[in-house]
Order: sequence, then C-alpha cells, then structure tokens
Amino acid sequence: MRLSHLSLVDFRSYAGLELELEPGVCVLVGPNGHGKTNVVEAVGYLATHGSHRVAQDQPLVRIGAQRAVIRAAVHHEDRSVLLELEINPGRANRARVNRNAVGKTRDALGYLRTVLFAPEDLALVKGDPAVRRQFLDELLVARTPRFAAVRADYERALKQRNALLRSAAQLRRANRGAAVDMTTLDLWDGHLASAGAHLLAARLELVESLNPLVGKAYGTIAGRDTALLDYKPSFELSTGGGSPVDESAVHDALIAALNAGRKDEIERGMTLVGPHRDELALLLDHGHGPVPAKAYASHGESWSFALSAKLAAFELLRAEAIEPVLILDDVFAELDNSRRGQLAQVAASAEQVLITAAVEEDVPASLSGMRYRIGKGTAERLR
Amino acid sequence: MYEGVVQDLIDELGRLPNIGPKSAQRIAFHLLQADPVDVKRLAETLLKVKETVRFCEVCGNVAAAERCRICLDPRRDASVLCVVEESKDVVAIEKTREFRGRYHVLGGALSPIEGIGPDELRVRELMARLADGVVTELILATDPNMEGEATASFLARMVKPLTADGSLRVTRLASGLPVGGDLEYADEVTLGRAFAGRRKIDG
Repeated sequence: MRLSHLSLVDFRSYAGLELELEPGVCVLVGPNGHGKTNVVEAVGYLATHGSHRVAQDQPLVRIGAQRAVIRAAVHHEDRSVLLELEINPGRANRARVNRNAVGKTRDALGYLRTVLFAPEDLALVKGDPAVRRQFLDELLVARTPRFAAVRADYERALKQRNALLRSAAQLRRANRGAAVDMTTLDLWDGHLASAGAHLLAARLELVESLNPLVGKAYGTIAGRDTALLDYKPSFELSTGGGSPVDESAVHDALIAALNAGRKDEIERGMTLVGPHRDELALLLDHGHGPVPAKAYASHGESWSFALSAKLAAFELLRAEAIEPVLILDDVFAELDNSRRGQLAQVAASAEQVLITAAVEEDVPASLSGMRYRIGKGTAERLR
Repeated sequence: MYEGVVQDLIDELGRLPNIGPKSAQRIAFHLLQADPVDVKRLAETLLKVKETVRFCEVCGNVAAAERCRICLDPRRDASVLCVVEESKDVVAIEKTREFRGRYHVLGGALSPIEGIGPDELRVRELMARLADGVVTELILATDPNMEGEATASFLARMVKPLTADGSLRVTRLASGLPVGGDLEYADEVTLGRAFAGRRKIDG
C-alpha cells in the first residue's frame, strides 16, 4: 500500500500543502518546529481518525481556520482510492471516498493503513499498562475490524457493571452492611465475560504471533539480548498456551474470578478483574533470565523495545494482509551508525516508508529515494 | 444571546431530545412569526397532554383513559403478550399488523448507568399479569442492544418458574438481515447473528 499524493488544507502549520509521493523511501528533512511531524501526523490521522500526539482535534486545525482537510491518493495493487477527511473540532468529521460522502466516517477507515513510530511511543515501555493494552487492541482492530465492536461492547458492559457495583456500594453503606440484592449483577457478568473472553483470547493469540517478530526486530536494532512480550491476565487463567486459545475456557475463568471477587468488588464499587486490568509485560533478557523492561531497561533499550514492537506490528500486518505504509518519525537521531544501517535495511524493504529527520546526515545514505526539505509551512523537493 | 423571554424559549426548546441550539433558535423564531391562534393551540395542547394523557393501568402504554385502546379491544388475543421498552415500540409493532396479542410496556431497559434497575421498570406488574395463566406465550421485544439483551435475559430468568410445566413459552424477536437490503452492506455483528439464527428452507 502506498500514497501517491498528499494534500493538506489548514492542518496544523500548513495553510496549504501539496506533496507528491513515490513508492519506496520518502524523507522529510527540516529543523525542529517547522512541521515535519505534522505531515506524518496527518497521514496517521487519515488512517486511524485519531492523532498520535493529541486527544483533542482543535490543535490540528490551523489557528484562525474553522476546519482542516486531509486528502490523499492511496494505491493498493492496481486499485487506487481518493480519501478525504474534513476535521471539524467540536462537531462530526466528514469523510469522502472517491469524492462520494460516506454515511459514517468510520466507513472511510481501512482504505489506508499505517504503522507509525514516534518518540511518544516510548510510553509503550515507560507508561501505564493502559498504553500497552491500547497498542494490542489497535493492532487487533487493524487486523480484524470487527474487534472495534467487541471492544466497544466490553467497555459498555464494564461501565454498566461498574455503575451497578457503585450503587450497591452506596446502598450497603446506607444500610450499614446489610445484604444488597444483586440479581442483575449476574447479567452484566455474562455480558462482560462474553465480550471480555473474546477480546482476551484474541489478545493472547496476537501476543503469540507478535513474539517472534518482536525478538527479531529487537535483535536487529539492539544487536544483542532478547526481548519478549508476556501477557499477564488480571485473574487466574491457564489456557495451556498454544493457538487457538480456548475462548470458552477464558470465559469460564473470568466468570469464576468475578464470582470469587464479588464481595470485594461490591465493597469497592468497581470491576477488579478482566481485560481492562490486564498487563502486557515487556521483558528483556540480558542473559540472566527475563526482567521487566520498565524497571531494568536503559533509555536506549526502552526506546529500541518500543520501536521493535511497532516494527513487529508492521511485519505482522505485512505478512497477513495488506502492507501498511510505514512511518518513522524522528528515529534515526537516537541510533548509532551500525543500528542506523540495520534499520535502513528494514525500512528499505517497505513498499513505502515516510521518514522525518532534523538532520539529513542522520539518515543513512543507503536510503535512496525522495527527499523533501520542510520549511515553515512549505515543502521543497530536493531529489 | 437574545433578550429575556425569547432566550428563555430557546433554552426550553433546547432541552427537547434531538434539538440543538440552532434548531431551537429556528423553532423559536418560527413561533414568533406564526399566527397567535396556532401558537395558542400548541400551548394548550401541551398543557392538555400533560393533564389528560395517562398510562394504561394494565400495560403501561400511553392512553386517553384508564385503559388503552389495545387492552380494551376484545378481539386482541389475550394469550400472547409482547414486552417492549417504550410506547413508541408499540406503535412500531402495530404498524406491522402482524401481531394480534397484547403488550406490556416496561418503561425502559436495565441500565445501571442511568440508575434503572428492575424496580424502575414495570416488572412487578408483568409478573402479576402472568399469574393467572391466561398468557401462554411471552414475546421479549426489547431493543437488540446490550441493555435490551440484559433486560430480556433478566425477564427470561424471572419467568422461568412459570415455564417449567410448559404452560408458558418465552420467545425473543429474531435479529438479522434487513429485508430488501444487500448482504454485502450488513455489518459483521448483524451478519453474524443472522448466521446464528439461520433457518431451514424447504425446497
């Protein structure tokens, strides 16, 4: 999959930008604060309808403008699609596919796929478990769009169940610990467990598929040691390993955990087990057995691990379905020369890769292809 | 912001469902320019509807008297009872002309977020209606979303003792593909359910 043209109107620092893109490598060079990342952010937004930098849409619209527009020509094999997205902060965005308006903006998802690595991804190693769960879930949705609905169902059941537990906790306090009628709790347990088991089983299978790829990518970037992912459910679960995961076993284990923790949950007024409390441990093995990267890894190792996880996601999607556009935001500056060469090899094998760098010399010369110099709100083609 | 009572009107209209500030403003100015007689009639109808319309003491549907039109109609089949969330669901089912039984309006669906539990719904009334054994089929027609499904499962559990001797059958509305639609446009959840609920065809 690749882009042949990108056009931005009132997006971040760009009043208007037209960028021709060729297959293979495209490097955007320019001083910090001149808008390199804005370009790749726009491509990421078009693919996911979300920014990797901000949660709100307002900062994406150029100051003084009402709306921003991202437009791109996407090619996959011999098909091409013109994707357009209008960002309206505070109101619904509007999307068009081949100049036809789509009913729901999410109908415009899936035409463009990207895997984006940016400095913010360091949070994958250093941040809260929620960041790692989100990494898994987003990859699940990219592989199988149906999981967007599964995830939404789980969130909904969780919200309802938590609301019920909260009101039970209040009632209990008001009645000085008298028993509270919990006949409807079983129902929400059922909904939570069926959506939860579906999500959890898929996450376990995903981690299993990712693991060899993460190890390989880490070996390429860091050169030594081994990296692996370990999914840690928030409750007692023995699936016996292996793929496919037995979803009904996960379901039963989750129900059992909910039943066992019921008293505690009613006391605290919240759901304490389930996929929303699970952890994805990132482990590094320096030769003395695996240790958590969050606690033991140096800055460089953490950074390499985060990049490896993203590259593994890229390899997985590439091997299974449609190859995404690879986006590497500001990565080469962090690497020494030999690592740069290794990463350049991976990047050069992509159908299309967009790379940003503040200093052109940081990008290995072996990465031939297009070069753009990014100025304030402009892009000038160098080669 | 408009002055005094005009802004009050816009604010009040804006409280209605699906009416945003822009629509509220449009309606307010329409009313300002309308014939005073028309506006008076609207205002009187609003007051009258709150004073006179009540809920049927049997099924909970909106009614002009103590009992609604459907509960009073002797031609309706008293052995089949269809449970719905809202009065508007009764209207929707009536339009099909497929159903000749009676209704029971719950007044919503289980939703702890909104503070709606079994006590907030007309569940006790439903159990009372089933007690005499006249009803032999109970159709659970709550919405096919998570809250509607939870409500249906809850009711199914509540009436389970009545089904043991075979005197009551409990059914759930089918969910699946829309008629006249294209298979390719169905979302995965709908299509998946349609698969699960497939039926035999005689050729």
